[in-house]
Amino acid sequence: MSASTDAGRGFGPVMVASGCGGTGRELAAFADLAGLDFVTRSITLDPRRGGPSPRIAETPSGLVNAVGLDNPGLEHFLATELPLLVRAGARVFVSVAGATLGEYADLARRLSRAPGVGGLEVNLGAPDQVGQGLFEVREPFHAASVVAAVRREFPADLPVLAKLRPDLTRVVEGARGVLDAGATAVVIGNAVPASMPDGRPAGLTGPAIMPVALRCLAEVTAELGPVPLIGAGGITDAADARRFLDLGAMAVQIGTALLHDPTTVTRVRAALTREETR
Amino acid sequence: MADERDPLHVAGEVLATRKAGAYRLLTIAAPGIPQRFRAGNFVAVSVQGGRLARRSLWIHRVKEAGAFGPTLDVVVHPTGPGTTWLAGLPVGAAIEVTGPLGRPFALPREPVACVLVGEGHGAAPMFPLAERLRERGCAVSLVVSAPDESRLLSALEARRSARSVTVITGDGSVGVRGDVAGEIHGVLERTDADVVYAAGSHATLRAVAAAAEQRGAWSQVGLETPLPCGTGLCHGCPVPVISEDGVSRLVRACVDGPVVRGDRVDWEALA
Repeated sequence: MSASTDAGRGFGPVMVASGCGGTGRELAAFADLAGLDFVTRSITLDPRRGGPSPRIAETPSGLVNAVGLDNPGLEHFLATELPLLVRAGARVFVSVAGATLGEYADLARRLSRAPGVGGLEVNLGAPDQVGQGLFEVREPFHAASVVAAVRREFPADLPVLAKLRPDLTRVVEGARGVLDAGATAVVIGNAVPASMPDGRPAGLTGPAIMPVALRCLAEVTAELGPVPLIGAGGITDAADARRFLDLGAMAVQIGTALLHDPTTVTRVRAALTREETR
Repeated sequence: MADERDPLHVAGEVLATRKAGAYRLLTIAAPGIPQRFRAGNFVAVSVQGGRLARRSLWIHRVKEAGAFGPTLDVVVHPTGPGTTWLAGLPVGAAIEVTGPLGRPFALPREPVACVLVGEGHGAAPMFPLAERLRERGCAVSLVVSAPDESRLLSALEARRSARSVTVITGDGSVGVRGDVAGEIHGVLERTDADVVYAAGSHATLRAVAAAAEQRGAWSQVGLETPLPCGTGLCHGCPVPVISEDGVSRLVRACVDGPVVRGDRVDWEALA
């Protein structure tokens, strides 16, 4: 199992989770992007219009979203969104999603040539893979083949993160599979499959899912020992982040909390740094 | 990367609260935000108690004086749990505010005739806009409308900020009985408007944009689409617009709007 990271630097400890940092331009008003690990929303080869309105609904301590992979496609992303992030000094992890193994490989190949890309995150937990026409990765060996396909095309010295859905019955097997396939680290977890009030498939995120993500992380650590893990799910402050780190995560991702308070990443990063230097 | 146009996220405080018909008017100290305000901007406030989506409110007024420095007024219409919580905040309550957000109303270079249409609390941004336009020598006519008197915003104040005021209520309790869609053609005719500004429901904005188009006037509409984060981060407020090349694409109401050109909105797809 390889656990190399670029230039010997680890992750985070606080990263911006996929889909919650806008294009980066919007977050820049509230967070210094320099040195920040920024995961983009999931990028597909072709532009995707995303789902209809309403796309987001509020639930107690959570948000359900059916944004539906709204993204401008790889070409447009490379031309208009990536340069700003790179100029601002962020380490950019491009989240990728594809319909076939070939698409994943193509994305990885083209991103490996894009200047300034710091790594990839493979989105293996979109809450509605079938409806969105994505490669179905419910079976752990399918998830592993996606990571293998991406890893083959992407420079070995740059990290590839694999983001799994926090599905307790599958997550240990999933983590083992993607690590064996060459993932640098496993991100646990993603949105929990849920429903919009009108029944459309959606994903639940926010503090409501933190206990689920923690349990998944704990199971993986218990079964696989100390493997490179990144925790995510409902983190709103340093104490939340500390829970994931204490269970063995090397870093955390913050997503939904940014929608409630766009300064969350700055705040949590500063608090963790203070703790470390104390 | 931060510059003085960027929005701020600040710890604010409720300085005053008063009932205005069905609405609650909050005066908020939000350091730095009033100074950056332009008409058509909004603020996003965080609701406490495990509710994560922001509540976006038009900035109604910026008051320059006061012991707290410049303050801002917002209009809250308590319709759901978040806005009801906001409306119930006492003086002195702490409140997290992000702003000013969104693309404001664009002002004409020449002193032209302008019609400003505010439906319900959509009238909130029209008062500061009217002031800016009058400073530029524009002839300002105001249309305020609501289903009934309780949801009619500051009709009295309206008379101070505009040359002519048309008041429309659905039940006829004040002013003309009817709706904006029915009256707007007549108003545009009477005022010989070059530019029309509007904020309110999609249906009303669509009618205003269509009437403006018919007369060859420019229209700018402030969309009241739910904004889950208000800051451009979540891509949860898509608005279909038709670009120069005739292709319909989605923009975000919060950062590409809320003010957009009325003739650019793909109203059929927005529905």
